[in-house]
Amino acid sequence: MSAEIGTAEFPGLGTTMARGGEGPAPVRIVVAYGFWIFLLSDIIMFSALFASYAVLSGQTAGGPSGRELFELRHVGIETLCLLFSSYTCGLGVLAVEHRRLRGFYAAFALTFVLGAAFLGLELSEFAGMVARGAGPSRSAFLSAFFSLVGLHGAHVSAGLLWLTFMVAQTAVRGPRDFVRRRLLCFSLFWHALDIIWVALLTLVYLMGAH
Amino acid sequence: MFGKLSWAAIPFNQPIPMAASLMVIVGVLVVLGLVTWKGWWPYLWREWLTSVDHKRIGVMYVLLALVLLLRGFADAIMMRSQLALAAGGAQGYLPPEHYDQIFTAHGTIMIFFVAMPFVVGLMNFVVPLQLGVRDVAFPVLNAISFWLTASGALLVNISLVVGEFARTGWLAYPPLSELQFSPGVGVDYYLWALEISGIGTLLAGINLVTTILKMRAPGMTYMRMPVFCWTALAANMLIVAAFPILTATFGMLLLDRYVGMHFFTNDGGGNMMLFINLIWAWGHPEVYILILPAFGVFSEVIATFSGKALFGYRSMVLATLAICVLSFTVWLHHFFTMGAGADVNAFFGIMSMIIAIPTGVKVFNWLFTLYRGRVRYEVPVLWAIGFMVTFVIGGLTGVLLAVPPADFVLHNSLFLVAHFHNVIIGGVLFGGMAGYAYWFPKAFGFTLDRRLGAVSFWCWLIGFYLAFMPLYIVGLMGMTRRMQHYADLRWQPYLIVAEVGAIVILCGIVATIAQLVVSIRRREQHRDRTGDPWNGRTLEWSTASPPPEYNFAALPRVQSLDAFWALKQRGPVVPAEHYESIEVPSNSPNGFVTAFFAVVTGFALIWHIGWLAILGLACAALTLVAFGWMERIEKEVSGEQLAAAERTRLQQATPA
Repeated sequence: MSAEIGTAEFPGLGTTMARGGEGPAPVRIVVAYGFWIFLLSDIIMFSALFASYAVLSGQTAGGPSGRELFELRHVGIETLCLLFSSYTCGLGVLAVEHRRLRGFYAAFALTFVLGAAFLGLELSEFAGMVARGAGPSRSAFLSAFFSLVGLHGAHVSAGLLWLTFMVAQTAVRGPRDFVRRRLLCFSLFWHALDIIWVALLTLVYLMGAH
Repeated sequence: MFGKLSWAAIPFNQPIPMAASLMVIVGVLVVLGLVTWKGWWPYLWREWLTSVDHKRIGVMYVLLALVLLLRGFADAIMMRSQLALAAGGAQGYLPPEHYDQIFTAHGTIMIFFVAMPFVVGLMNFVVPLQLGVRDVAFPVLNAISFWLTASGALLVNISLVVGEFARTGWLAYPPLSELQFSPGVGVDYYLWALEISGIGTLLAGINLVTTILKMRAPGMTYMRMPVFCWTALAANMLIVAAFPILTATFGMLLLDRYVGMHFFTNDGGGNMMLFINLIWAWGHPEVYILILPAFGVFSEVIATFSGKALFGYRSMVLATLAICVLSFTVWLHHFFTMGAGADVNAFFGIMSMIIAIPTGVKVFNWLFTLYRGRVRYEVPVLWAIGFMVTFVIGGLTGVLLAVPPADFVLHNSLFLVAHFHNVIIGGVLFGGMAGYAYWFPKAFGFTLDRRLGAVSFWCWLIGFYLAFMPLYIVGLMGMTRRMQHYADLRWQPYLIVAEVGAIVILCGIVATIAQLVVSIRRREQHRDRTGDPWNGRTLEWSTASPPPEYNFAALPRVQSLDAFWALKQRGPVVPAEHYESIEVPSNSPNGFVTAFFAVVTGFALIWHIGWLAILGLACAALTLVAFGWMERIEKEVSGEQLAAAERTRLQQATPA
């Protein structure tokens, strides 16, 4: 009996081939999966900064502490903006999957505005602290605070640029497969920023303000 | 206009760096001139620099590793010569500030730009072939990863000519690496080079994890994957979990240095032990990122050349995953002397010793595979057996160092230096060389010269023992690492023996180069037309050597472990009647261009040239946007073309 080197179709597979025996996954799955792994690595990068913040949060070097600096009302509005922008981002992705482009543009425009508002509030908080002499080089605590929160802010800024790019690309190219794959990745990214923000809100602001 | 950069950055007054720089510059010019003169640029650009083929990228990774091995070794033999001379009142020929740069560059280059690209290159080349698929999950990203690694290597080597390198040791511990104590650009070279190449490594890790978990040939269930793929999976999961910590930690040190923050400074509430904890939370998994793929190579080599299935496949997989998890629970053994207390030290000491158990399982599996096998002593097997003896010795001294009270005595001594060279040379480098000899015929279609390969192996093996066994002894006698000269004359005889060992290793390196040259010149005698020169067991041997761009005309159907062996047992291979047309990704200059701007940006940041940094970063971003805007174009290979290629291949493979 001669063995065949295989053909492009795979008869007899399916139920008998347990655990990933079906051959390479479809592109959409592969792309989203790879992006998930990227997000996990990103969260690990944040966790290194969270660990540093935990170690350094008491090291104020005679400067102001979180209790003197954090305004929870301000942070609350920021949080609302960011969480609500995730909701609109989700609506936008659903809209594009159903080829409702007008709904998609509206939802992503709203996402942009909310993200930008979040960023603006964060920058005004930073500016206020720097003006009070509580800048990032004042103490180890403030170094860790500005780096951790600032890294999240940098991610949001990058997200806003990416969002703009994706809206333009959708407008020009239409909701083709590769465009929708990227929109899926974008929405994963945007939701991951929420997860990080929730941890940040809890560990930095809520625990630091007391 | 040019930040800190001026003519003073070029070390005109130091003869040794100047001579080394001149040699490098002349070497680069000769290569560039030759390429231009021969008119190879279009070929290089088309087939290599813009290639997104995982096999080409793998080859380039290994080439990068071998070239930088020469640089790292040049540093090594300079240090050995210095220490053979600088005893008693003698100062040797290297002043302290230069010696400090040399040991820093040696460690940095050998780990980040030799060991890493060597194993990443082997994984890149082999894993998709072993999985029976056509490429990695993200081919263009793969090219970007490689070119970012090459950018980091380039920046480190630019520091030889322009400016200086760090004098801090290969992990740049603060507070020494802070601006207060290292005001020069050396630490900045170190940090930016490693940030850039680290991002490349992280992206490569994401790519390979996705490839292994989501792209396997039909029927290739997890428990049918070759062991090398398992070790690659474990290593790349460690890359994904550990490299972001490195990026963040170096990022914090950069913030300290560039904007005056206080993460690790003496003042302002900084905590330098935080850096040391974080860096080893990356650094210990890094050890296993390097060694696990090497274990995978030895598993493949030993099974193939024993003509047997690997003994204890399941236990091998379990041991690999156990090491993968445990590697994150031992980092503190790098600084037992921090003073964390007896309980903490005991925990990390015990965890470190526990890692010896899965490793021991592996050693016994290899031994039992060899036992009663028909072992063919080809070059890869020599490396594998040399590894098993050497690595066990390194492992034993490692277990000794894992005992906290012993570590207090041996911490930062040459005993430690001997230990980690014992496992990295005897493990990672021997693994790399075994993989190089084993898969070279797959990559190029001809085998490497056997005699010179054996010469290289024996020189490395003997040279290793001569160079490092004396270091264990002087370590026990109290010699600490990183000394530019020493007063105790009793150490000198041992250090002279170590110097001789380094020279023997040099002979091994020369033999490796000679082997490559001789094999290329006699390639027609060494030609392998079967694609299966070693009577292999796994799927990479089922396709042509070198494999076509698409690897497999049709994806193989896997029905058992050692899929190709099983296929061969069932009878001669015949071409299928029908092939479906496939799409292969077309070339992209994305990686090369991105890396170019990464080098520009890195260089500008090192020298504080603000406008150039902004320009470089903007161009890099524009590159991403421009390439992201275009839809990826794929080339189609038709079913008829595939069928014709397969017929030709199988005709050639069958002896007339």
